[in-house]
Amino acid sequence: MGFPHTPHPRETQVLSTHFGDADARSVDGWKKRGGYQALANALGTDPVAIQNVVKESGLRGRGGAGFPTGLKWSFMKLGDGKPHYLCCNADESEPGTFKDREIMRWTPHALIEGCAIGAYAIGAEDCFIYIRGEFTEPLQVMERACADARAAGVIGKNAMGSGKTVNVWVHKGAGAYICGEETALMNSIEGKRGNPRIKPPFPAVAGLFGKPTTINNVETLTAVPHILNRGADWYKKMSRPDNPKSTGTKLWSVCGNIARPGNYEVEMGFPFGEFLQDVCGGAPKGRKIKAVIPGGSSVPVIPWEQAAAAVMDYEGMVAAGTMLGSAGCIVMDDAQSIPRQAARLARFYAHESCAQCTQCREGTAWTTKILERICAGDGTAEDLDTLLSIGDNMTGKTICVLSDSCATVVSSALQYFRPEFEALIKRTTIHAVPQVVAR
Amino acid sequence: MTAPMVNLTIEGRPVAVPPGTNLVEAAKQAGVLIPHYCYHPGLPVAGVCRMCLVEVEKSPKLAPACATAVAEGQVVHVHSEKAREARKGVLEMLLINHPLDCPICDQSGECELQDYTYQEGRADSRYREPKRFNPVEDFGGDVMYVPNRCILCTRCVRFMDDVAKDTVLNVTERGDRAHIGKFEGKDLTHPWAANVVDLCPVGALLSKDFLNKARAWELDRTASVCTGCSQGCNIIVETRDNVVMRFRPRSNEAVNEFFMCDHGRMNYRGLNRRDRLEVPTILGPRGHEAVDWEVAIDAAVRVLKGKRAYVLASPNCSNETLHLLSRLVKKTNGVGSFRVDQGIEAPLPGVTDLALRADRAANGRGAELVGFTRNETPLAGLQAGDALIIADHALSRADLEMAGRASAVIVLSSTMPAGLARADVVLPTCTVVEEEGSFTNLRGRVQRFLQAKAAPGLARPGWYVLADVLQAMGESTAFFLARDVFQDLATSNPAFAGLSYDQLGLRGLPIAGQAAGVAS
Repeated sequence: MGFPHTPHPRETQVLSTHFGDADARSVDGWKKRGGYQALANALGTDPVAIQNVVKESGLRGRGGAGFPTGLKWSFMKLGDGKPHYLCCNADESEPGTFKDREIMRWTPHALIEGCAIGAYAIGAEDCFIYIRGEFTEPLQVMERACADARAAGVIGKNAMGSGKTVNVWVHKGAGAYICGEETALMNSIEGKRGNPRIKPPFPAVAGLFGKPTTINNVETLTAVPHILNRGADWYKKMSRPDNPKSTGTKLWSVCGNIARPGNYEVEMGFPFGEFLQDVCGGAPKGRKIKAVIPGGSSVPVIPWEQAAAAVMDYEGMVAAGTMLGSAGCIVMDDAQSIPRQAARLARFYAHESCAQCTQCREGTAWTTKILERICAGDGTAEDLDTLLSIGDNMTGKTICVLSDSCATVVSSALQYFRPEFEALIKRTTIHAVPQVVAR
Repeated sequence: MTAPMVNLTIEGRPVAVPPGTNLVEAAKQAGVLIPHYCYHPGLPVAGVCRMCLVEVEKSPKLAPACATAVAEGQVVHVHSEKAREARKGVLEMLLINHPLDCPICDQSGECELQDYTYQEGRADSRYREPKRFNPVEDFGGDVMYVPNRCILCTRCVRFMDDVAKDTVLNVTERGDRAHIGKFEGKDLTHPWAANVVDLCPVGALLSKDFLNKARAWELDRTASVCTGCSQGCNIIVETRDNVVMRFRPRSNEAVNEFFMCDHGRMNYRGLNRRDRLEVPTILGPRGHEAVDWEVAIDAAVRVLKGKRAYVLASPNCSNETLHLLSRLVKKTNGVGSFRVDQGIEAPLPGVTDLALRADRAANGRGAELVGFTRNETPLAGLQAGDALIIADHALSRADLEMAGRASAVIVLSSTMPAGLARADVVLPTCTVVEEEGSFTNLRGRVQRFLQAKAAPGLARPGWYVLADVLQAMGESTAFFLARDVFQDLATSNPAFAGLSYDQLGLRGLPIAGQAAGVAS
């Protein structure tokens, strides 16, 4: 696991300020850096006021869907006599995404503070941080930090001496991608098989243990203390002047064929082309970027020309024909075979499908088999149409969007890189793996 | 009580249903079948098969009908182009890993996968890859699992978890490797477990007992009532060539919802006995001699003359037979008595007041209502000089000893009671599947059963024989059908007052003074 890189001057460090700073992992170290001040203040204010500040800041869910956080919190009916729960989704399993891991590794108290404020703001006394099963190091760090925070009186029955109860618990997943889906996550915490639930009822009505629940991503909750400390206006300003809908900073995980892979924090509205070429150093020496998946494997892949002109916020990515998603940016250079990459991603979805819905259970596996057959040189002319038709059957018809994600990968790859598939089928390319050039 | 109804339109047909009803049930009321697999009215909604997708106007996506509640003014299209295409897609996906072995599959002919595929599936498959394979597994009890045919609707899992409340089954693995698994060390030995075979919409869960015995289309189906215990579960008797092949539950939410227990299910075997009484016989100088019915009836009347009729009636006799037996008892100042075999009570926790009852007979309540006495030693009161009439009742060792006191014995039965040394007159009768009649269950619900097969030889329904006997004794018994006897019962016995076959229908009604039904 790599040590954080030196920040690039064009980055705007908010969440990543203390990445690599081992001292920030302790309660005292975190307090020294201004931590837990926001929580102390928050516990003395009205939860609705906190909701309003967050609403005003324009903060949107960083897990992928981009739902306005303050609005989500306001769905929780305060004082309805029921226990409320906050779940922090730290099941960061989206291929290409590794931002939450860094937040938890380096600034565990930032997350605990965000969780505590979030829980208080929705009238919950308990927050469960659901950590991905494979995240052994972040799990250790978070468990340690939670124990420390509880011992220091930051969280618990009398959090920060406010007389209010705010608990933060860490729950380890067992390694299923689908448990990152919010309702599957709740099932998993409850000890059931991690299957997504049918909505309605929505979590804000009946979620964890059948009680009103809100689920937020790690990055979303970590941003909350900064917003409370520095004000909604400060956060709102970090956006394109012509697009106030996406605000703040965003952590981008960049991986694949890129000179300097890693996590980068930039303001919303940063130009994507400059980001990849300048901040991340562009393609490896001697190669050219061919395609980019900007938001984790579930968003459409786009060719470099389209990516270069894109703007890094929710609306900008949609305009470029893709989505911001979880901002797990996978870069592919001209040494990569798109059919092979599509087959690899489809195999991932086929492996992770929870097997509830027919289209997903059968469709992901079928898609994989066809793509792998094409890559093996046994493709037929009608395979591509079949793939698109299967994808059509897999879109918008299932309980969750895993099936849609698999279809997206295939349909976007076919939309922009169809000649590569056709070349394999017509056998004008000998095999699917282009020659790897020495770097 | 009367909540305002929700008005909606399904396939152009207006329908009004109570709020909270799902679209599948609402469509049923409108006379429209929305194809579905995972949905079952007796189980919690899962919404996983995605077969019941329908188009709801003003809704961007197709809605799963099983998990969508009705809304005022909703307009639902079940057979629109969009919905049909979606279902076609689901059917194709369900079949890609399916072995398509209908010719050797027990479910063939009653398989919903087969039905819907013929109805609206693709004519061909675009699947060119190898199929996933999993070996057949024995699930214990009477259940066998063929994973390759499974569509993972999870009805069986939900039945065991939420209705039987015995967590045995689960979904194992993910993706297309998924199959139904059994928890370590557990088997489908729950007394109600075999219901998963009926619930399975395809040929994945099969009855080992019924395996490879008959094709669904060869079977004749008749509405009946189970005689396994006093619950009175509604069943369907399935016969082929005059042989009972199996019992399956028939839905009746007042009695057994959609289920029946394994004990009742296996009871069909007793109805295929080879040692049936086929002709009337009388004890003559050369032993039991076969005679005509007229001769036998005359002999019975002669035997009864001047004696008390001591009737030992099986609690599995119909209300009609019991009623005429009670008239015989009254006429001769006799005694009516019976014993009910006992077993272990086994409830189905997920359904109110449904259990395999300790009383392992269908009509103990009916026997009591016509004035018979329930007794552990039913022949204790038998005196020398009495004429003992054994109506299909099994005899214990003690019974056999006491039976020796009778001065005459008449057997009115489908089989010869084991161990009985002497019978002056033997009158062969029908079993429950060979006659029409009714039972009264433990909650006082009177339920009709119909004739499913022909009786062997000259055997006649018990009530028919008794009507002849009574007539020969000077009683007025102009009964031509079981319903006539029931009418006589209803007019003479206040418990049955006001009931008639027409009113009972095939779902039954409670006797006077009883609540509407067990589950309500």
